Amino acid sequence: MADNSQRNDSVFEAAAHRARVRRNWLLSTPALIILVLAASGPLLVMLAYSFLQAGDYGGVEYRFSTEGWFQVFLARDIFDDTVSVADAHLSIFWRSARLSFLTTVTALALGFPTAYFIATRPRSSRNLWLFLVTVPFWTNLLIRTFAIMEVIKNQGIVNTLLMSAGVISEPIQMLYTDFAIMLGMTYVYLPLMILPVYASMEKLDFRLVEAGYDLYATRIKVLWRVIIPLVKPGIVAGCILVFIPSLGAYVTPRVLGGGRNLMIGNLIELQFGQGSNWPLGAALSIFLLLVVMVALLLYVRNSQKANNIVRH
Amino acid sequence: MSDSVSVAIHGVSKVFGHDRNAVTALDDVSLDIREGEFFTLLGPSGCGKTTLLRLIAGFEHPTRGHIDLHGEEISHLPPYRRPVNTVFQSYALFPHMTVAENIGFGLEMQGKSKEETTSTVGEMLRLVQMEDLADRRTDQISGGQQQRVALARALAPRPRVLLLDEPLSALDYKLRKGMQIELKRLQNETGITFIFVTHDQEEALTMSDRLAVMSQGKVLQVGAPREIYAHPAVRFVADFIGDTNFLDAELLEIERDRTELKLPSGKPVSARGAARSVDGKVHIAVRPEQTTLTRDADAAHLEGHIDNVVYSGTDTHYHITLPGGESFVVRTQNRGDSGDEWQAGQTAGIVIEPGAVQILAD
Amino acid sequence: MENSLSTRRNQFSVFKQPGFTIIALACFIVLYMPIVVLVVYSFNSGTSPAKWDGFSLQWYAAAWNNSAVKTATLISIIVACQASLYATILATMAAMGTTRTRPYRGQNVIYALVNQPLMVPEIVTAVALLICFAVIKELTDYRGLAYLVLSHTAFCIPFAYLPIRARLEGMDRTLELAAADLYANSWQSFRRVTLPQLWPGILAGAMLAFVISLDDVVITEFVKAPGQDTLPTYMLGQLRRAITPEINAISTALLLISAILALFVFLLGRKHGN
Repeated sequence: MADNSQRNDSVFEAAAHRARVRRNWLLSTPALIILVLAASGPLLVMLAYSFLQAGDYGGVEYRFSTEGWFQVFLARDIFDDTVSVADAHLSIFWRSARLSFLTTVTALALGFPTAYFIATRPRSSRNLWLFLVTVPFWTNLLIRTFAIMEVIKNQGIVNTLLMSAGVISEPIQMLYTDFAIMLGMTYVYLPLMILPVYASMEKLDFRLVEAGYDLYATRIKVLWRVIIPLVKPGIVAGCILVFIPSLGAYVTPRVLGGGRNLMIGNLIELQFGQGSNWPLGAALSIFLLLVVMVALLLYVRNSQKANNIVRH
Repeated sequence: MSDSVSVAIHGVSKVFGHDRNAVTALDDVSLDIREGEFFTLLGPSGCGKTTLLRLIAGFEHPTRGHIDLHGEEISHLPPYRRPVNTVFQSYALFPHMTVAENIGFGLEMQGKSKEETTSTVGEMLRLVQMEDLADRRTDQISGGQQQRVALARALAPRPRVLLLDEPLSALDYKLRKGMQIELKRLQNETGITFIFVTHDQEEALTMSDRLAVMSQGKVLQVGAPREIYAHPAVRFVADFIGDTNFLDAELLEIERDRTELKLPSGKPVSARGAARSVDGKVHIAVRPEQTTLTRDADAAHLEGHIDNVVYSGTDTHYHITLPGGESFVVRTQNRGDSGDEWQAGQTAGIVIEPGAVQILAD
Repeated sequence: MENSLSTRRNQFSVFKQPGFTIIALACFIVLYMPIVVLVVYSFNSGTSPAKWDGFSLQWYAAAWNNSAVKTATLISIIVACQASLYATILATMAAMGTTRTRPYRGQNVIYALVNQPLMVPEIVTAVALLICFAVIKELTDYRGLAYLVLSHTAFCIPFAYLPIRARLEGMDRTLELAAADLYANSWQSFRRVTLPQLWPGILAGAMLAFVISLDDVVITEFVKAPGQDTLPTYMLGQLRRAITPEINAISTALLLISAILALFVFLLGRKHGN
């Protein structure tokens, strides 16, 4: 009889758990419907589109074709149909990778000391400094890009100052260069570097730093051997958070690159505008998405390993 | 205090997790808690006392067995249908409500009228002497005051049983002493059954009408504080409550309610109650304060070598090694005139007071 | 953390690293300088962006009287209000369904779906939506604002979800037990105990969603039908022509809204923090 009642009660508990799970799904479903309709679902449709044939004036014809994917990397000569590597695309991929990398490195070089600075402020003023970092994050990316443009254009404040100081006689052409794009991306994504690095830094136990100094480490040594290894998860997170949106950037290169210095984002847009090659645009998008996913996966694997090290 | 049973716990077990990860928190616990008594569940952390409290409150359901409140089974009622209230260890005061709103919450949920709620809240505020702070937010009052609000909130709906989950553990020593007296006063004034959970044996002994000592999911002994202290039934209880010397003795003779034993020294001694033993050996416990030192070898029950003399204000503790290698502690009260009568290195006789030998069941 | 050692000079400080303070202060200057320049020039009376011709509100007046700006502002606000409202409600429900529960099968799928808009580059989502909505437009001939509202709602969900979930996870579970102990059923306990405590998170989530929707350029640019410009896409369109300080004036106004909301969320977090 005792066994019987135990079975009843565990049935009771399992039923309660099932009810909770059902409730959880019911609560989450409306959000999931919207997300499937307007975020995940369209990605699948786009994947399908990348295997269709381009229509003559935009759109597609519903016939299977790998031409879109083919064109991502290769170009077919219009006249004699010879196949060659798509130099134009490759140089755009290369620019995207290079500028994203440089942006990440610059943001880290600026963001790490800033995060450290905030983390070593007295507790009372730390929130204020942090707030100062988040305000630009809350403001429009387009506006911040405009602001950078105001600063670096030929009649902008930098050139004006340099010329009136007599350092240069002609304005330096900064706008509409790769440098402008890199600068702009660093500027708009810098908070994304500072915040996660700070989050790690805030948890740093400064007694460990003291221990480092106690054991004859110099400031540089303490930085390299104690502080950086301990805040590495934050650094990795910050780098990922800067690298991924840089790779897919669209607004910044469009505004600061002046339509000549394209990145992948602009190349994709072109296929839905003047280029009118939807399958190629879809394939390029999926390609970009895959690269981003690989970066994210590496990050997740890395952070899990870091967790394991901490745990063992 | 009447003798009718308030909470009856019948063969309750609670297992968390499944299969290989299963952990038994309570193992076939049966208890009767009488109406209007101050009952304490005492035990070390992880002994299942809090789980038992949560089962009574309705936050957990028993895996086996059932719980009755005044003869009616309540095991499967949700907490909000049980006339039982809890004072949480963390107090769990609603931070977005004032003191008065917190106290009135239960009444409001029970659908009491505004006037009744207001008057009961006022009554409760008076009861815990918090009238002046009725409109404060709960994060603006001290820990001791929060404690009173938590009490008032749980008492306001006039529950049949009040459950208290280590409510004093967050308070400092002085406040805790004050609240112990306060709790007893509230219990006397309201006449509500209190079930109190603590790991502090002193708190349990001073406050309870009766207590249950728990260990590893089992109830080891139930009784009045004096009974539990003077006559621990098992080794764990003797050890957990107060200091104890443990010895092995040989069984000489069992009478109806007394047992004659032979100590390791060969001296005979008698103990209350009947011992059960298979191989003629029994385990006994002797409280250190029920022993004294002597130079008279004939009067001594035991003899040993003093290793250490520790002075602690009111008492002096003598740490002694018996010839068989067992350690034994004798505690004597210090009086003004006594000097350093015994010193480490000496050999001393130990006298056990009559009735001080307690036979353990394990 | 800061002890008396570091406040005095010439004494050893554990916290000091050479050059870090200078870089950090430079960083803050760099973060704010362009914004300040932009704001200052929005009050410049001349058309030349290079020199200061005196204080004037003429560009604000010009923007105010520009019917295209008015329409864009209206559309921005309509879309942002709707999207943030829907996203906040959906995110609150989803947060209730995914926090403070024993792990259940499919929970990770919900997490992945909810956070997906944060991980996928915006341009990718934008063209995917363009493709999908093109098909739907052809099938239904509907060309209203619903496409914008739907897509904004979707990418606002994770932004609303994160603060709400953080708030929920930080909440003391025993408060709800206490409510149940005091005779509140699950709905009463949610209404009287959970929701009031959750409010700061919900408000923060709603405001974040509102700002994100208001500021969105990429997805809007690809989803909007002709005549559905929001303020950011209007500004982006103006870039092709000569830029007037009118754009600076609009930017300053938008900046002000964002900064006020950010301050509000900051104060909200501070008041209800810990």
